[in-house]
Amino acid sequence: MSAAYSMTTQWPAGLSRWALIWGGLALVTVGLFLLKDDVGWAFKYPRALIWPLKFWISDFMKWLINDLNFILFTFKDFTRAVSWVIEQPYWLARNLLATGFVQGFGLEAETVWPRLSWVGLTGLAVLMGVYAQGWRLGLLAGACFTYLAVFGQWDSAMVTLSSIVIAVPFGVAGGLALGVAGYRSRRVKKVLSPVLDLMQTVPVFAYLVPVLLLFGFGPVSAMIATIIYAMPPMVRITMLALSKVPAEVMEYGAMAGCTRRQLLWKVQLPSAMSSLMVGVNQVVMLSLNMVIIASMIGAGGLGFDVLTALKRLKIGEGVEAGLAITLLAIALDRLSQAYARRPPPAHGARAEGFFRRYPYLTAGFGIIAGTWVLGYGFEAIAIYPKDWQVTTGLFWDNIVRWININYFDQLDGFKNALLLNVMIPFKRFLLSLPWVAVVGMAALAGLRLGGWRLGLLTGAMALFPALVGLWPKAMVTVYLMGLSVVIACLIGIPIGIAAARNERLHRIVQVCIDTLQTLPSFVYLMPVVMLFRVGDFAAMVAVVAYSVVPAIRYTDYGIRNVPAHVIEAATQSGCTRRQILWKVQMPLALPEIMLGINQTIMMALSMLVITALVGTRELGQEVYIALTKADTGQGIVAGISVAFIAIIADRLIGAWANKRKKQLGLA
Amino acid sequence: MDERPVKLACRSVWKVFGGGAAGLFAGGGQPDDAALGAGNFIAAVRDVSLEVLQGEIFIIMGLSGSGKSTLVRCMTRLIEPTAGAVLFDGSDLLKASASELTNLRRHKMGMVFQHFALLPHRTVLGNVGFPLEVQGLSKPAREAKALEAIELVGLAGREAYYPAELSGGQQQRVGIARSLVVEPDVWFLDEPFSALDPLIRREMQDEFLRLQAVLHKTIVFITHDFEEAIRLADRIAIMKDGRIVQIGTSEDLVLNPASPYVEEFTRGIPRTKVLTAAAIARPAGKGPFAGTVPAEAKISTLVSEVLSARANAVFEVKDSNGRAVGQLSAKDIVAVLSTEAEAP
Repeated sequence: MSAAYSMTTQWPAGLSRWALIWGGLALVTVGLFLLKDDVGWAFKYPRALIWPLKFWISDFMKWLINDLNFILFTFKDFTRAVSWVIEQPYWLARNLLATGFVQGFGLEAETVWPRLSWVGLTGLAVLMGVYAQGWRLGLLAGACFTYLAVFGQWDSAMVTLSSIVIAVPFGVAGGLALGVAGYRSRRVKKVLSPVLDLMQTVPVFAYLVPVLLLFGFGPVSAMIATIIYAMPPMVRITMLALSKVPAEVMEYGAMAGCTRRQLLWKVQLPSAMSSLMVGVNQVVMLSLNMVIIASMIGAGGLGFDVLTALKRLKIGEGVEAGLAITLLAIALDRLSQAYARRPPPAHGARAEGFFRRYPYLTAGFGIIAGTWVLGYGFEAIAIYPKDWQVTTGLFWDNIVRWININYFDQLDGFKNALLLNVMIPFKRFLLSLPWVAVVGMAALAGLRLGGWRLGLLTGAMALFPALVGLWPKAMVTVYLMGLSVVIACLIGIPIGIAAARNERLHRIVQVCIDTLQTLPSFVYLMPVVMLFRVGDFAAMVAVVAYSVVPAIRYTDYGIRNVPAHVIEAATQSGCTRRQILWKVQMPLALPEIMLGINQTIMMALSMLVITALVGTRELGQEVYIALTKADTGQGIVAGISVAFIAIIADRLIGAWANKRKKQLGLA
Repeated sequence: MDERPVKLACRSVWKVFGGGAAGLFAGGGQPDDAALGAGNFIAAVRDVSLEVLQGEIFIIMGLSGSGKSTLVRCMTRLIEPTAGAVLFDGSDLLKASASELTNLRRHKMGMVFQHFALLPHRTVLGNVGFPLEVQGLSKPAREAKALEAIELVGLAGREAYYPAELSGGQQQRVGIARSLVVEPDVWFLDEPFSALDPLIRREMQDEFLRLQAVLHKTIVFITHDFEEAIRLADRIAIMKDGRIVQIGTSEDLVLNPASPYVEEFTRGIPRTKVLTAAAIARPAGKGPFAGTVPAEAKISTLVSEVLSARANAVFEVKDSNGRAVGQLSAKDIVAVLSTEAEAP
């Protein structure tokens, strides 16, 4: 930052100098094109110079698994111990929620204890909603669970839920522990920060490959991937929440004579509780997202149903399972959010006796125990009867058929027009650029916006895909991401502007984007495949749908947060509403909108990788192939390439927005 | 003049922010402004020496940025001073080990904070019992003591309330009860009433004086409000830019300001509320006296009594031991009142 400032002070005529530099880069690029035959290396990274990083990583993994020995135990023993620790509670939860406690195998299996009844769990969901917020939330949660039973999704949903029920405590505890360590030691924080950056930008698939190799195929390794994936935001939020505890409160703790441990457990963590609960909500939602994706390495449950449906193009079944995921996500999100937002405690006479003091806990146990006992007498209470189940699969299939019969030409025409006129030319253009020029551009942009350190970082990161021989796929990634982000902004920013200027629209939009944001990325694939089948276009539509939310949210927020006195001053000087928007609100909200675009890019990238499932040929596909071949090196190298693209975009936009905010005095 | 023992003392205390600040004091000397400026250091507390006597209310007064909050935190070692010594009962606090310091804080010190710093997840009872809880007292014992402290600050009946349910004044009462529950020797109050409405502030000041009349604590009180300082203080230290400009009773400050800066503060202060009968008394004559007034009485409390007596009446001024220190008449009081009327 300071470097950037000193630069502008040294060169008052900075703009013209920078224009010269950019012009120089453009000239060099054109020059490269003219000499294309002589400087082929600048266009196609020489095969001989490819850095064999992926083989090193694969060899390292092999060494870990086969040879690493800590004298007393091997690395393999260690991974087995980890799986064992996670396996025990997982099977308990799975038996309790999904399968029941069974003795024996195969056909001789005999249920010793049945699973919890669907009536009981639905009742529990209602109760939790009522406790956390009130009857409306209780009914919503109950309705979501009832849907799962009625539409025959109960079994799969409970498998998914049991993964979440176990993954969340592990993720929260791990995140809390790391967060506390990072808060306490500056050195730990210095190590953690870049690792967290990378973890949050590496595509989800990339986690699956090494986990698959270390822990094998199955629900436990899916859980481990889930826990690792869901932990970073908890770590960040813990560090932030702890540092936000007012200094006076910490001083008070010290003056009361707290030891370090007392200060942490009795003062700091309780004071930070409401912020920490936001982190718990994040862990829940990320766990759900990951558990669905981790069906690729054996998580089972609803994600597996969607995946199978996708592979066999059974749209109806897929949509049903997708809807079940959606409703489960909504129920979990609203419940955990309501817990985070629970009003501060109020005084009241303490009732005597355990049952009276904890009415909800008592009622919860009562419902579970009661329905369980009743389940022995009435089968329908234990397990929702098959005959009562409703399936909408056929209905969805018919809708798809109907759309295809009636609107095929329009949809296909639209798709082809966009493909031929925009997408393919843009893709060709990006692929034809010399990598040398693109790397130079990334470095220059970094230098201009954030000083030489940022320039070095962005340049090096842009160079990485070329070094490891993934340049063309990286460019395809940039092309799909770029177009999706542009379209998402074209849709999202106007909606955000409209919502900022109209209270009613704002409320409607809020509900919509809140819901969109809770959906696991996997769910978005179903409807696009339904309408556009596979390919770049379908992928782009899914990416746009997934990533449009932050563009809307930040635009709305940015415009609303323009200080009221500025608007008053503009009104007083006789601005019309339109003038206020374009001359006052938009310029002041621009940094915020840019941050929204930044978020849109991040989300687009994370979704893009998943669209490998519908047949795109970008870095995500590389990771996907690595997953099917269990090739760690390939998966990680491609994953890091995606992460680097994300980090470049993030740092450049972040640096610009910060600079602009400072200029506007909004920081 | 005062024979009470020194409870807490600062000896050339410095707090300098900036990397390598300790190096400034390497040779045993003290840095000058040039040395501080050269290293981009910020000296929040500069060479502060003061003594707080047993049982007195010692007020540190200064505007924001004057270093008063840093100074009080140096005195409790919430902030580690860069140089100097802080003597608590004669022994250097800065040499105390971590566990000694924890023990001192648990049993000998209490502190009240500007923004109350209550623990939001605990009831009034839980907050007031907290210092005893960290000491390891049993639940019945700490609740009994906490209830006493709650009673003392007039919050009886609110034990089960949570901080968010209380008004600002009530919250600070909890803060006060909590700091008193361990029966500390020294009571630190860091701008305790600054965050309150003026009316409530006044009420809390009265409450504070009432408590002190019962408890006789040694008090270090931080404020930016000069009126509050003269209302409550036995002695006042005025701080500016990290240094102490003057230490004295409010009377000293008003009658003999050490610098124009101090004079500026005292300008708007009604003299009648600061000056005592002793300060304006003349050498006692033979009498006869129309009555007796206490030496430490503020002029403002005497106005009506003295002025309503007959025109040339003379009053005898006696100190608390009954010794005559002088006499004063209506003329003397009118003189004080008239200088005040002239003041801008």
